Amino acid sequence: MTRFVERHPAWALIVIIVIAVALWLVFAVWPQGVEDAFGRKRVFLNALFNGITLGGLYFLVASGFTLIFGLMRNVNLAHGSLYLFGGYVGYAISAATGSWVLSFIVAFVLTALVGVLLQVLVFRRMEGQDLRQTMVTIGLSIVFADLMLWACGGDFYQIQTPNWLIGPVELPLVTAIKSSGEPVYLRYPLVRLVIFAASVVIGMAMWLALNRTRIGMIIRAGVDDRDILAATGVRIQLVFVVVFALGAGLAGVAGVVGGTFQSLSPGEDIRFLLASLVVVIVGGMGSIPGAALGALIIGLAEQLGSVYIPTYAIVVTFLIMVLVLAIRPRGLLARR
Amino acid sequence: MLKGSLGLIALSSLLLSGTAFAQEKIKVGVTATLEGTYTVLGEDGIRGFQTALNVLGKKVGDKELEFVIASTDATPDSAVRAVRKLIEQDKVQILLSPLSGDEGIAVKNFAKTHPELTFINAASGAQETTYVDPAPNFFRYNMDGAQWQVGLGKYAYDQKKYRKIATVGEDYSFIYTQVFGLVLEFCGAGGQVTNRQWVPLGTKDFASVIAALPDDVDAIYLGLGGADAVNFLNQYQQAGGKAHLMGGSIMIDQTILSSKGNAKNALIGTLAASGQADTWENPSWQKFVKDYQDAFPPNKRFPSPSLLATNYYGSTMALILALRQVNGDLSNNQAKYKEALAKIELDAPNGKIKLDSNRQAIGTNFVTEVVDDGKGALFSKVVNVIPNVNQTLGYDPAVFAKIGLPSRTVPECKKY
Repeated sequence: MTRFVERHPAWALIVIIVIAVALWLVFAVWPQGVEDAFGRKRVFLNALFNGITLGGLYFLVASGFTLIFGLMRNVNLAHGSLYLFGGYVGYAISAATGSWVLSFIVAFVLTALVGVLLQVLVFRRMEGQDLRQTMVTIGLSIVFADLMLWACGGDFYQIQTPNWLIGPVELPLVTAIKSSGEPVYLRYPLVRLVIFAASVVIGMAMWLALNRTRIGMIIRAGVDDRDILAATGVRIQLVFVVVFALGAGLAGVAGVVGGTFQSLSPGEDIRFLLASLVVVIVGGMGSIPGAALGALIIGLAEQLGSVYIPTYAIVVTFLIMVLVLAIRPRGLLARR
Repeated sequence: MLKGSLGLIALSSLLLSGTAFAQEKIKVGVTATLEGTYTVLGEDGIRGFQTALNVLGKKVGDKELEFVIASTDATPDSAVRAVRKLIEQDKVQILLSPLSGDEGIAVKNFAKTHPELTFINAASGAQETTYVDPAPNFFRYNMDGAQWQVGLGKYAYDQKKYRKIATVGEDYSFIYTQVFGLVLEFCGAGGQVTNRQWVPLGTKDFASVIAALPDDVDAIYLGLGGADAVNFLNQYQQAGGKAHLMGGSIMIDQTILSSKGNAKNALIGTLAASGQADTWENPSWQKFVKDYQDAFPPNKRFPSPSLLATNYYGSTMALILALRQVNGDLSNNQAKYKEALAKIELDAPNGKIKLDSNRQAIGTNFVTEVVDDGKGALFSKVVNVIPNVNQTLGYDPAVFAKIGLPSRTVPECKKY
């Protein structure tokens, strides 16, 4: 941190100013001039929070994707299918049992199982052949999409939000002052806050597991050089299976989350595959903090874009990707 | 001699049976949005199409109709691709296509490159399709989006006393046309439309759109359809939204009213207008509803046909009835058939339909309100019926032309 300030004093100053302005925008009551220029503060705060919570969802999908890539150098283009599969499983469970929490557990277990099967039956047979693996995953994603269309139809499904999560909560952020002097607080959907908190917890748990546990140490070693790791006697294939299961399971969990606050339908698999590709390209392939940063940036860009420049909102994400590729081709937080 | 004549009889009977077996077929291509955001709409459109075949049969004189169905995703290029495939690979002679607004404009333009074939619009409702530079071989037996909103603005102003409204709609031609019809009438009556928000087709996350809805209006008009509408309602419920709502023709429709989950309950009491009303007493409508219900098991259909089913039914009806009038004669670049199509008057389930000089439907419109039938199912209840709605919405054509084509900002909120 201090080294960054010493080496790039100008950049550090800009970053500090940006952070200060952002904090002021969030906490201060906007004077009339700012409201005139930016619109109401309620809209800005909502877009900001929506961007962050959407980033949470993107992180859940992309973290599994980047984990698998980091260790196995395998671009799994069937990752979106795992997302959709998890969502459908979650819908079936929540419709059958009425339990939202149970649907997460079952979706995680089943998609993890699919991940294990993929790794054992498909990827192990073509280890080290990147292009072939990529082509096979494209093929698989098409097959999965058609199978799911056959099984679930083209209808859109929505996982029922549990009753205790429906409706908004008041956050201690003032959006405006009424003429009577009474402050108006921000009202925000509770379910999105819970989902965001959950993705933060999962992200922290993954970081801790990778940096503080033995299996995490093995995975990190595998990311750096899997041949040496295998030579030290670690059963590398087992590690691959575990990581693949974890990455797939996370995609499944994300499917349930996406099915709860958005909806599930054919085509969602491609959308989330694309989103996670953009996220990891921006954040840096193979890096968990990179996935978190990328997800946050893309989520914010989508939501702020849809409010302030609705016509061009669609291109903003790709513009960011182009910029990152031009300036830091390996991603913002890629390891060198 | 005897032998010879026997042989002749045998030969001729062989030839006769040959013609009986190789019965002449007329090939018809059908497209529907069976993928993407509007999947549910496409599926119900096909149900309406099949109901029509059940009722009318597939025979035209001694010819048999053969259908090929192709899927699109509501984008214009997907529609043109599907239509091109039907013409070039499947060699269809008549097209029943397409379902959605932007698709309609593209297919109409494509129709001009095949003047020898006949295109019958299945359900699309953008104004431009038949209003600007219409194709002589493109026929539309459903009204456009603006016609489907006739009566809504006045009713909202006079009966509900709404004075200021805001709109949220999908960013494409059909919804432009719907908002066009609404704004023209509501502002003409003296109301104000303060804000028009447009979201891309296929938007999943509406949270920011919902946050940006103004609170100083009497009602919010929703011009959304399919998955977008369901996503919006779900997130609207999560955000605790409480405003009065008004709905477009594919928003207040069985495709949304019978979706899973309870987010749709926000729509109870919502005012809307469309080319049909679920609870209309008219016997031919009731018969159509019954035919639709009998054709499919309850879990494979909606409780009552959606607007798309009705449109596909009407278009298929026109296709078959006109073909029977000319006894399946498609010679001379289908000239006779096209003439019959232009003249035919349909006794459709949703009222009488005839075509104007642009081959655009003049029909009946319905203002409705959403009610709960007491068992948790939602229906649109008719509150007003307006017959003989034409494409210029009763305006003088010269005045109507000055308003401009429907877009994000047209028409202005004023009296024309």
